Formats: sequence, structure tokens, C-alpha cells
Amino acid sequence: MLTLTCPCCGIRAEETELAPGGEAHLKRFGPGASDEDFESYLFARKNPKGVHFERWRHAYGCGKWFLAARCTATLEVFGTYKAQNPHPTPEIVAAIRAKRPDWTPDWTETSPAESLTE
Amino acid sequence: MSDNGPFRLSRGGRLIDRAYPLPFRFDGRHLRGLRGDTLASALLASGQLMMGRSFKYHRPRGPLASGAEEPNALLGLGQGGRFEPNQRATTTALVAGMVTTSQNCWPSLNVDVGAVNNWLYRFLPAGFYYKTFIHPRPFWKHVFEPVIRRSAGLGKAPTEADPDSYEQAYAHADLVVVGGGIAGLLAARDAGRQGKTVTVLEQNPHWGGRTPTDHADGQSRIDAALADLRAMPNVTLRRNTMATGLYDHGYLIAREALADHDPNAGLPRQRLWRIRAGHVVVASGALERPLSFAGNDVPGVMLASAVRDFIADYAVAPGRRIVVVTNNDDAYRTALAALDAGLEVPAVIDARANPSGALPQAVRARGIRILSASAIAGVKGGQGVQVVQVCSHVGAGQVSETIEADCVAMSGGWSPVVHLWSHCGGKLNWSDAQAMFLPDTSRPPTGDDGAAMATPVGAAAGDLLVAGATGAEPEQPLLPVWVMPVNATKAMKFKMWLDFQNDVKVSDVELAAQEGYASVEHTKRYTTLGMATDQGKVSNINGLAVLSAALKQPIPQTGTTTFRPPYTPLTLGTIAAEARGDLFQPLRKTPMHGWHQAKGAHWEPVGHWRRPYCYPQAGETHAAAVAREIRAVRGGVGTLDASTLGKIVVKGPDAGRFLDMIYTGMMSTLPVGKCRYGLICNENGFLIDDGVAARLSEDTWLVHTTTGGADRMHAHMEDWLQCEWWDWKVYTANVTEQWAQVAVVGPQARNLLERLGGMDLSPEALPFMGWAEGQIAGIPARIYRISFSGELSFEVAVPAGRGLELWEKLHAAGADLGVTPYGTEAMHVMRAEKGFIMIGDETDGTVIPQDLGLNWAISKKKSDYIGKRAQERSHMTDPLRWKLVGLESLDGRMLPDGVYAVDEGVNPNGQRNLQGRVTSTYISPTLGTPIAMGLVRHGPDRMGEVLEFPVAGAETYKARIVDPVFYDKEGSRANG
Repeated sequence: MLTLTCPCCGIRAEETELAPGGEAHLKRFGPGASDEDFESYLFARKNPKGVHFERWRHAYGCGKWFLAARCTATLEVFGTYKAQNPHPTPEIVAAIRAKRPDWTPDWTETSPAESLTE
Repeated sequence: MSDNGPFRLSRGGRLIDRAYPLPFRFDGRHLRGLRGDTLASALLASGQLMMGRSFKYHRPRGPLASGAEEPNALLGLGQGGRFEPNQRATTTALVAGMVTTSQNCWPSLNVDVGAVNNWLYRFLPAGFYYKTFIHPRPFWKHVFEPVIRRSAGLGKAPTEADPDSYEQAYAHADLVVVGGGIAGLLAARDAGRQGKTVTVLEQNPHWGGRTPTDHADGQSRIDAALADLRAMPNVTLRRNTMATGLYDHGYLIAREALADHDPNAGLPRQRLWRIRAGHVVVASGALERPLSFAGNDVPGVMLASAVRDFIADYAVAPGRRIVVVTNNDDAYRTALAALDAGLEVPAVIDARANPSGALPQAVRARGIRILSASAIAGVKGGQGVQVVQVCSHVGAGQVSETIEADCVAMSGGWSPVVHLWSHCGGKLNWSDAQAMFLPDTSRPPTGDDGAAMATPVGAAAGDLLVAGATGAEPEQPLLPVWVMPVNATKAMKFKMWLDFQNDVKVSDVELAAQEGYASVEHTKRYTTLGMATDQGKVSNINGLAVLSAALKQPIPQTGTTTFRPPYTPLTLGTIAAEARGDLFQPLRKTPMHGWHQAKGAHWEPVGHWRRPYCYPQAGETHAAAVAREIRAVRGGVGTLDASTLGKIVVKGPDAGRFLDMIYTGMMSTLPVGKCRYGLICNENGFLIDDGVAARLSEDTWLVHTTTGGADRMHAHMEDWLQCEWWDWKVYTANVTEQWAQVAVVGPQARNLLERLGGMDLSPEALPFMGWAEGQIAGIPARIYRISFSGELSFEVAVPAGRGLELWEKLHAAGADLGVTPYGTEAMHVMRAEKGFIMIGDETDGTVIPQDLGLNWAISKKKSDYIGKRAQERSHMTDPLRWKLVGLESLDGRMLPDGVYAVDEGVNPNGQRNLQGRVTSTYISPTLGTPIAMGLVRHGPDRMGEVLEFPVAGAETYKARIVDPVFYDKEGSRANG
């Protein structure tokens, strides 16, 4: 059973307090989107062996959704961050790179202003 | 020899107390053991060597080991609800009055009919079931399987409820040390001195592991370490506690025996510890391996360490003439222990060419013969060892000598207990020098920080002697021996047991290899090697070594099977603990629960709620009660406790915009004071909830959800609010339990409520789909004029604390109107009479609103809502989708729920094609006929057509497709 620290209330929560929500940072496609984009949004998941970004809810705690960066192979947790970030924060990226030098982000970096770390 | 049993030695026994004899029973015989005995030692002391029979051949079995790895001595313990099958005699502490029975034998342990399998062993090889019982196919179901099932299985499951109590506890520690032997205690002492919080778990009732038995001043070394530990307030010592599994992020499960088999102790029987460990020290020791020689399963052939334990710890003689057979120095300790106890050791048979270490020298100095480069060619004896045949280890088994003996102490070397290390990903390396798998500390199980979460020490790390702490002299290396003698014949291999419980022999594993089983995991399942209750503790290494030899590859290339928790079995009672009976799960009760109970309500579980299904009167069936309640509502007035209905407040400047995304319909345009029915879909387009929303004020809506959907819908809203539209200014609050709600329903509903007084409920003041706030009978209330029954209906919400008061006032004021409480079933039937859908009946996670004729509740104006894009996908717009219709039975029988309507032709599997199914079905008391709803291909375009519903064992049902609204089609009754 995993332990993850909720970035909203600061509690180091056990998995029994948490509800999983699948892959993080999905971009929603709504009406007007192509079949391909919508199918990818609804069904296609990366399911990597290694670094992964996931949605979790502190369901039996503060109730807030947050995101976690985790290795699916070793269960190492690189960090947790707020759900409103469009991409993993620079701090999370640095923490992953410190442990997994070969890993590179697969998103296009946005301006730091978009980052919502507090 | 003594009155404590014919095989009890007159001296020694460090764990027993001769002052306290304990009577117990075995298969009806009255026997006596001593305090400190295990069941196995007490039985052996009484001369009861045979304790069970093997699984496949029903061969006689005595104990092989003295600890948790025991595969043979499994007994039924206790009686009635306290009966427990398959308990290991070697780890079960003897309790006065214990009642025990042997297993897997009929009619008795000594005379067993199933032992005929024993004579058929040539015809019952590896994979026997797979090969033999395939054809002819019908034989499997009717002949083979019933016979095998009757003879398979070890103990029998208890038939009564367990009367004992169990508990669970949580703990945290910087360091958990698993194993209270010398290595574990010293690791704990080091950590304790550094100021860490330390918990030490020891499986046995006593500390020290093998050290007190095996090393001259072992006990004093253990006592010294314990004294240091007991003086540290940051160290917790816990005996009788078995760590059974290590899971993610240092989560450790352990079972503490508090009052095992002692119901008079006044304690819970067992406690399950759920420990979050900062780090785990694996000090779980090592297990001795048997040697594979012909006849190694005859009762009286035991592990050398077990023989030593029975003698030294319990003062029990496993035999009077003990032959030791070994490939290492350690087994010589057994010879010395036997000699010290006054028992005979006719010879030590050592596979090595020149055993000359300190221990062999000590044995030789006692005048004992050491037969070097020798092996056992065979053991003769039925229910006990009689003769040991000796041969050269490098030969093919030519018998050079026979030795009379009644016990054989064997040692094939030791295997570190690497289970906890491996459970959560720790890797192993094969050591050729030590002939064992060792934890690879460069590839440990890792925690949430990516660092090692476990460290192996002592014998678990391959350091069998822990010489630095025990002062043990160095020993000569062992000689790996996987088959004895090296060139044993096929006939000998037929009698070399690897898995003693499941009867898997060297010949079986070699056969599997010959038949192409190269993977150790496949071989395990094909032969059942390691699938016995000991989970391969005794057999795995020997088995995979034999497999490797047969495949002509080194052992590490074969690898091990996966180590999975639990290390030893956990009772289901411990896993469930207090979560049984009334405490199985929390029950949610409405404020009127007690009233319903007093009126004899029949309860229906809805989520964690209990709702009245109906209120049967004396002598009334449930069906009759439901019919009476419906007639009372439609003819007068009834009350439904609707408090369980989900109630979520959605508030903020963007609340309207948000609800337009949540609902398929338009909620932002709803005027204050009005209600609107709405549908909630998921992003896949499927309908997941429905209900009525009311606009309370300019920026506030109250959303009603289904009873079971309240928490889910609240979570659904929060997900979208927090993760997608997090910049919208909206709050949600689940206020379900803050309000009691009563549906007052029927032609007399307004009359009844007006009698309570306080609010103008006239059609002008409170029209259909409106709501009003005020005081009713002096209770602050919101009244929603909405209807799920088709009748004139008011849903009255009052603060939860005043719900019962309102309910009682309604019943007092309406007595002359015949006001009738009604339950969920009457509600269901009335909604079906009106063709209203029910989430979970008409929907099943694959149904979209368009399937249910609910297009009127889907906004055409909105550019987006959750599920809108999905509902545009080709499969969702397919005209062949099944759609909602009513179904009218042709012969007056009620259609069974869930039955399918068949179509012409068959599908590629030869099954009838389908064109629809029944989703709801009832007898309508209002109409006096059965009614049903269903989903049918092109259904709404096929009014009047007749469908066929074949049902096994009954005449095919036929039903006509009709309008789903069966009652009051024009909807005038809701106007009162």
C-alpha cells in the first residue's frame, strides 16, 4: 500500500485514504474535436513502465485532488503537486531527473508563469 | 522412561516445565504433554510418530521439521466453531484440554483406504490429472471431478461460526526487526542505541532462534542482548508474532497470537498488526533442506535440526537409534545432542570425502563411526524407520551395509528465509559456494524514497553461524547434494520425495523436464511441487536443483518461483477482525428509522442506508403490503421517507455555468423558485444519475441525486471543479444528512399538509415543479412540488433533527384520511406505472439518455456538456441501438427480470440472435396486470409487435411492445 503526501493538506496519507484517478495531464476534447482526438483523450493511456504522472484524491482526508509523479516499476515517489498544474512542475522534473537521469519530459515546456506551485 | 510419555527424556528440555503436565486428546486418545511443549513434541513424547497422511498417495507421515516449514504434521484442532484444519503441530503450543484429530485418512490414521494410491504411484506421475482426465469430455464432469474432489483436500472446513474474537492494530516504527534470533536482537540493539523506535517481532514464544540450542553459551548471549533491549524505552519486543508479508512502502503485516486455542484466556485470540516500517531488518534465519534419498519420507526421517530441537528443547527422543546423514558440518551438532541425551548414534553418513572439521572431530572423539563419501541407498520401514541401507555417494546405490535405526536425521544444507526480502521486489543471487540463494543487497526492495526498505542480516543473509555474536568455530564447506547417491537409479528416484505433502518426487520433476517443462513456474504447476501448505519452504530449492540438472543448466538460470505473502497462512478471522456482524460496515439510518422499525418495516439495503421496502401488517405478504400501499397512495395519501435522497448544494457566481456542464439539460436558465429534472452523464456519454435540481437563489442550486449516487455525484462534481474548471467560482457541499425529507403523495396530499398549516400550498402559490420555503406545523421547511409517482406530490424537507416530528405530525393529522407509510417497492412500482426510468434498472453503464427517450432533457442549445462529444460517436448514434419501450405480457404472467428477446437466426457461436431485454418488471396493483419496461432494437417504431422471451424450464414468454407510460398517460393526476 502506497503512501503519498497530499500537497493540499500536507498529510502523509496511506492508500486507504486515497482514491486513484488514472493518468494525469490529459487534455480534454469536447464537441468539435475529431474522432481521433476524442478517442485518444477518452481511451489512450501511456501505461509506462517507469516514470508516470497520476491523479489521486485525498478522498478520506481533505477531499482535494492532487497529482503524483511515481515510478510504476519500483513505486518510488518523486513528488506530489497540485492538480491545477498543466504539466509537472520544475521541482518535480528536477526530482525525477536526479533519480532517473535518462528520463526526459515528453511535453513541450510552457512558460514558468503557468506553473502553480506555491 | 518417565510418566510424561515413553519418549520423554529424563533430563533436559530448555523449553518445557515438568511441573505442569497438560492433558490433551489425539484422535480420541487421552495423552499428556508438558507446559512449553508444541503439539508435535507432546505427540512424539507419547510415542505418536505418525501424525498424518500425504495428499496424493496417503502415505504415512511423521513430522519432518520443528517449525513453520512443517509440511507433514498438520492436524485438525478444536471442536465446533473453534475447529481449525491444517494446523502445524510443530508451531502449535500445547494447551490443556486441546482436542486434535488427524487428517486426510479414512477410516483411520493407521488403516487408510486411500493408501491404495500408494501402490499406483507408477500410474500417477506428474501431470497425471491433466493427462488422464481429459477424455472423454463428459467423464470429467460426471466421474473424474466428483471422485477427485472427494479424495482431495486436506482438512475439512469448520461448519459453525467462529466464536472467538480477533482484533487489528496499527503501529509505526523507524525500524522493524523480523526475527528475534541473535542477529535480529543485535541489529535491534544497535538501532535502539541510535535512538530509533524499534519493534522486534519473533514468531516463537521464546527468543533466540537457534542460538540457545546450537551454541554452548548461546542462551546467556541471548539473555544479555534481551536485557539491554528491555532497558530501552524506544524498543518494543513482541513474541508469538509472525511477520507474514512485506508490501509497498514498508507496509508490514504481522499476526500476533494472544490466546491461540485458549478460549478461557479472556483475550482476543489473535491480533493482526498493520505496521508502517521506516526500514525492515530481515533476520528471519534459514531453513534446513532435506536430502533426496530413497525412502526419505518414511516417518522417523526428519531434518537434523528438528531432531536436535526435539531432544534439546523439549527433551523428547524422536528415536533411540539415530542415523545422521549430511553434506555439511552442522548436522554433527545433532549427533552430539543425541549422544548427550544418552541416545545411540550408530553412524554419521557424510557425502563429503573427508569430513575433518571441529564438529566431525568432536563426534569422532565420542567413538562414533563416520562413513565418509557415503550415502543412503534406501530406508526400510512402513510406519517408522527400521533399517538404513548405506552405499557410496558417487555410485549408483550398491548397498554396502545396513544399519538398524528408528530415526534418520538428515541435512542437505540450509536455505536463507528470503520471503520478506522478496515479497516487495528484493532480488536474489545464487551462491555456488554456499549452495543457497542469498539476498542481493545491490537490488533490494525499495520504498517511496527509492532507497532500500529492507536489510538482511544473519542466517537470512547467508551468515549461518553469526560467528561474531555466537563465538562459533568455523565450519568446513558443504558439498551440494541434490540426489543421493549421485548416480541413483530410476527406481530409487521414484522413492525420493521433494514435496512431502503433495507427493512430488525427483522422478516427477525429471519427467516434467523430459516432457518439455523448462520454466520453473510451469514445472511447479504441472507437478504441484511447492504448492502444498508449506508453499515450498521445504521443497523449492531441492526441486529446482533437480530441474536444473535435468535441463543441464546452472541453478541461477532456472531461478526460483515467486515468493508471495503470506509466509504462513493467516486465519480469515484475523483478516476480518472486528469487521463482522453488526460491525461489518457502518449503517446509515434516517431520522425516522426507529419509527419504521417499530412499524415492522421490511428493510432494503440501499448503499449503506437501510430503507423500508414495505410495511407488512400482521399476516400480510410483502407483495400484498406493496399493493395495499400503492392503492392507498393512488386513492388517498401516503408518505415516503425520502431522506436518503442525495442533496448537494452548488453555489457561486459560476454555479449555473458549471451545472450546465454537469447536466445534459440547461440549469442556468432555471428561475429562482423552480425545479427541473436533469440527467448526469459521464464523459463516455453514459447516463450515471438523475434527479431534480431546485434553484434556491441567484447563485445557489440544490441538486437532488439518487440515494446510492450522492457520494459519487459529489465526487464527480469535485473532480471536474478541481481538475478541469478550477478557475470557476463554485463551491459544492453534500448536505444529504442535514435534511430529513418526506414525500407526501396522493390526491389528499395537499389536504393533509394544509392541516399542518403554515404555508400556502395552493396550485397558484406552489405550482408543479415549483418549491417554497416557510414553516409547516412550526417546523422550518422547504417544500418541492415534484412527483415520482405521477400523483399530486409534495416533498417536504426539514432539518434532520425535526424529521421524526414532521413524520409523526403527518400521521397524526392524516389518520382519518388513511395516511399510509409506503416503502421503496411501492415507489418503484408507481414510477414504472408512469414509465419513469430508474438508474440501475433502465441503466447499466452502457445506456445513454437517447436510448431512454429522454431527448427532451438534453439541451440542443448548449455547445458542451459532459458526455456530449461521446454521444456523437458513431456507435452512440447507431439507429440499431436498443431503445426504451413498455412490454405487455400476452398471457398474464409477469416477465422475469433481465430476460432477453430473441430474434431470427443465430450468431457465429450458434446462439440465438437477440433484439432486446427486460429492464424492469412488476405486477401493477393499479392496473391489475403485469407491466414491464425494456430496451428493444427499433423499439419505439414497433408498437404492437410481439416479442418472444425464451426461459429455460418454462414456456416461452411473449409480450407486446407498448408505450412505457401505463397509467395516466396525459399526466393530469400530478395536478391533484
